[in-house]
Order: sequence, then structure tokens, then C-alpha cells
Amino acid sequence: MKRLSIYLMAGAETPELAEAAVAGGADLLELGFPFSDPLADGPVIRLAGERALAAGMRTRACLDCLAECRRRVAVPLVPMTYASLLEAYGYERFRDDAHAAGATGFIVADLPIEAHPELPRVQLVAPTTPSERIRLAAEHTDGWLYLVTVTGTTGARSALSSQLPELVERARAVTDVPLYAGFGIGTREQAAAAAAIADGIVVGSRAIQVADESGPDGLRAFVASLRAAIDAV
Amino acid sequence: MTQAETIGTYGPYGGRYVPETLVPALDELEAGWAEARQDTGYWAELDGLLRTFAGRPTPLYLAERLAPGRRVYLKREDLCHTGAHKINNALGQALLAVRLGKRRVVAETGAGQHGVATATVCARFGLECVVYMGAEDIRRQHPNVERMRLLGARVESVEIGTRTLKEAMSEAIRDWITNVETTYYLIGSCAGPHPYPALVRELQEVIGREARAQMLEATGRLPEAVVAAVGGGSNAIGMFAGFLDDPEVRLVGVEAADAASLGRGRTGVLHGSRSAILADEDGQILDAHSISAGLDYPGVGPEHAWLRDTGRAEYLPITDEQALAAFHLLAEREGIIPALEPAHALAQALLLEEELVLVCLSGRGDKDLQTVLERG
Repeated sequence: MKRLSIYLMAGAETPELAEAAVAGGADLLELGFPFSDPLADGPVIRLAGERALAAGMRTRACLDCLAECRRRVAVPLVPMTYASLLEAYGYERFRDDAHAAGATGFIVADLPIEAHPELPRVQLVAPTTPSERIRLAAEHTDGWLYLVTVTGTTGARSALSSQLPELVERARAVTDVPLYAGFGIGTREQAAAAAAIADGIVVGSRAIQVADESGPDGLRAFVASLRAAIDAV
Repeated sequence: MTQAETIGTYGPYGGRYVPETLVPALDELEAGWAEARQDTGYWAELDGLLRTFAGRPTPLYLAERLAPGRRVYLKREDLCHTGAHKINNALGQALLAVRLGKRRVVAETGAGQHGVATATVCARFGLECVVYMGAEDIRRQHPNVERMRLLGARVESVEIGTRTLKEAMSEAIRDWITNVETTYYLIGSCAGPHPYPALVRELQEVIGREARAQMLEATGRLPEAVVAAVGGGSNAIGMFAGFLDDPEVRLVGVEAADAASLGRGRTGVLHGSRSAILADEDGQILDAHSISAGLDYPGVGPEHAWLRDTGRAEYLPITDEQALAAFHLLAEREGIIPALEPAHALAQALLLEEELVLVCLSGRGDKDLQTVLERG
């Protein structure tokens, strides 16, 4: 069965949204710990991050949010953030405190593959990544490999990236770890097309928009529609 | 050892903290640069352009009426084509972009000097040019926006966050992530991920190399102190490079008092490298403030952080008011209108006790007239 990961920005409403996403059929939740200067993020997640920071969602508050999500849902929870937060908090301390709060893995958008092995994390590779480096990322990755479907930042696109099939093919040639595709997936059609070739998909910006517009009920329905689309693959 | 600890580091600083999409582009840049810098043809072409297009060598000038009783020499980078030292770096990187086969160039700019230099070299080499500039900087440095447009560049107004250099740089990097296969990112300072800090330093070393020889010729000795303004730090690192191996020469970097990432910052990661940054205890980047758009940046090149830690250079703060006073003094006493960035260096130079001082006058002040007139 294909896996469905939903990205949510840490905030006051997040535990309730996490419940809704899991009720809709999410297998895994990524929890954004906002950073003031997120280079990998497009407008939707950047704006969500700005709002979260304005509401006081600093590292400690995000860990509390993580713990509250953990109390409410049983799926894997993966904080996703940037190196600057970890430089300030301490990599090992962050790993330990996040584990204690219920994290099952980590994603850091701007850390080189080999840096800070004391923080095992899901590695990202992009269409520009050479096969040798995909192999290196797969050796270092924790659980699954995050395929960035586009050269670009996060955010929904009008069409699924034409670069994804080749990336999946090159990754399959060098590793057996599960491959989850993310960045630029926002519709049922895109979800189904990506799930047809990858082992899982990640939906972020569109999920945040839906949650903003129509709250937990809307998010649950949206996630359920994605679930149905990828289960039909 | 991790990659970030072994690639392009200055002590604990530098490295490559970027989304994975960019890593191959940085590898390509590093290889292209390694090849170019071994190629006498590259340097011959660059030297020719620096001479015939940019106006090098720039003069060394003794500012007798600015500091009577002392010898304060100004390295006149303000006389470079486009009005600042930024052209040294832009020319060198444009040649590199052409060698790498990139026909589209993106850049960030704060004061607009680097944006103008980039637009200029893109016009000269027939490259498409997009410059990201914070909306606040577009307002306060409007003449440079018009210049860039006249030169055929597209100026993208950045409306997020602080609307200054920090956000402009983030947006330029996001553009590069998106268009990485066709686009060259022409960074303006000795910051960013490896190899940019080393590359920009080497292209700006011409300032220090010329200035050292000119000081020896004019005075028969080396200066007691060398002073340069530090935002990202490119004019300072270029000037300091000429004197790093002269331990008797005091090296003084001058930061804007409310943008003093070296003086008051902490170690962190911003725009691809680990360095001294203005950040809070959670690692969130803080707003910098300066009357000078070129110094209004919460980070700094990693080599400066290392020079600070090793004690080879020191970094001192100058306030908006002190810089404005030096700006007026140079205009009235010497007939030179400096940019607000080197006005900080001048202000600090006038506070030093050394008798023989070299100051990097990194740019001219035309772009700052409105700002200065508004302040009265």
C-alpha cells in the first residue's frame, strides 16, 4: 500500500488538524518547526511559518505541540526544520527532546548529507542529484528517501513534475529504501500519478491551504480524497 | 568528519548549508572556478577588463584636510566604473558564468551597488539579468533601481519579511533553486555556501594587492592600521587579504552598530554558511538596522568570523550618526561624497590613534543623497 504523508506547520490548532489528517487516512505527519528564512519553501509554507513565529512558535513551543500531537495520534511524527534552529538548540539535545516528545524521525532542509550524523534523518534528493549522491543519501537516510519532484521550492504546481519518473528510476537503480515523492503535489490526480511510481507521497502547501480555508473537517475530507486516489493506484 | 566540516571552512565557519537541489550546482561552480583560476587566459581577460572597463588600478589618495596632523590614505574604489568595488567581483563571476555556459544571471542587492555592477556586466556579456531587491531598499536607493533598468536588468521587488538585503538574498537563492540548470547565481559578498566566500575574496583581493604596493610607494612603509566597512564583508576581505601576512598591520572592520553580527551576534546558519549572525536564542534571524542599505544585513562572510576569533582582525561598531558626520566631513573637507557604507569606515578611522591609516573608500555616495538629505 502506498503511504500518505501530510505536512502541517506547528501551531495552536495543529493537534486537532493532526487528528483530522489521520482520520482522513494519513500514514505519517511532518511537523514544520518554523524558521525565519526558509530557503527551500515557497510562499504558502513561508507565510505559515511567519504566522507561526508571530504566534510564538519557537523551538520549545513546537516540541510541546509535537507532544500534544503524539497524545492524539499513533502515526509516525517527523519534525521538519532548518539547521539554524538546531545550531541554537544543539543537535543531540534536539534529537533527545524531540524523541521524548514523540518524534519518530527528522527532516532538515538545509543540512548536507554527511553533516551531523548524531541526528539520523530522512535525506532529500532532487532531480539535479547525481546517482552516486543518491546512493550516498540512501545509505545515510533514516527509513525512507524524500524525492524532491522539482527543481524548486515547496508549493503546489499546476502539473506533476515531468522530472519525477526519471528520478524514481535512478533512485531504484541504486537503493531499495522506500521512496516518497514531495514538493509540488497538491491534487488527487498528481497524488495518484506520483503514487503510481513512488512508494509514498508528501502533501504540504495544499494541506496547509485547505486547513486554513476549511479547518479540521475540510482537511479530513481533503486527505480522504488523496487517500482514495492513491489507494486506487 | 562531515562534509560541512571539511569543505570550504574557516575554523568552525563556512561550509554548505543548502537544499540538496543546489549541491550539484555548487560542485559545478567549484570545479569551474578551480579550472578558471589555474588558467592564465582567465586572469588575462579579467585584468584587461578591470583596466579598460572598470578603471583599475584605482588611486590611493592622501586625505590631508580630513585628518590634519595624521596621514589617512583612501583607496578610491569609489572611482571604479559603476561607483563601487562590486564591479571587481561582478566581472570575475560573469566571466565564470560564460565559461560555465549559463546565459541567465540572478543576484541580490541591498544598496543597489552590486545590482548595478551585475546589470552592467550582464549588459557587457549579453546575459539575461534578474536582480532581487527588498521593497524598502528600492525606496531608499531609487537611483540605482533606475540604473539597473536602463542596463536591461529586471528588478524584482521583494515584499516579504524585512524587505531588505536578507530577504532579497533568500529570494535570489530560491530563484536559483528553481532555475538551477540555466542560471548562474552571482553573489555580491564573501558570504553564502562554499565556494562563494573563497571565490569572492579572491576576486576582491585586487583591492588589497594594489593598496599595499601603493602605500609602499607613497610612504615607503606599510600602514599602521587598515580600516574597511563590513556588511557581508567583500571590500574588507579584499583589502585585508593584502595585509594578512603583515602582522604589524592592525586590521579593523567596521560594522553598523545595529547590524553588528560580528560584534554582537552568535554562531548560526544563514544563506548557506555557518558564521556570525544576528539571531535570537532559538536561532531565528533578527532584523538588522542601518542607515546604510549595504550594511543592513544580519550575517557576514565566514572568513571574517574566523579572523575575529583568531584575533587577526577586530570589528568595531559605528552608529548612523557617526557615519553621517563622517559623510559630511569628507564631502566638505575633501570634495569627495562617499557612500554611507565606507562613511562608517571613515568615522572609525578618525577615532583611531594610529598616525598612518589606510581606509577602503569602497563606493561613492550618489545613491545615498536622498537618505542623507532626509536626515538633515
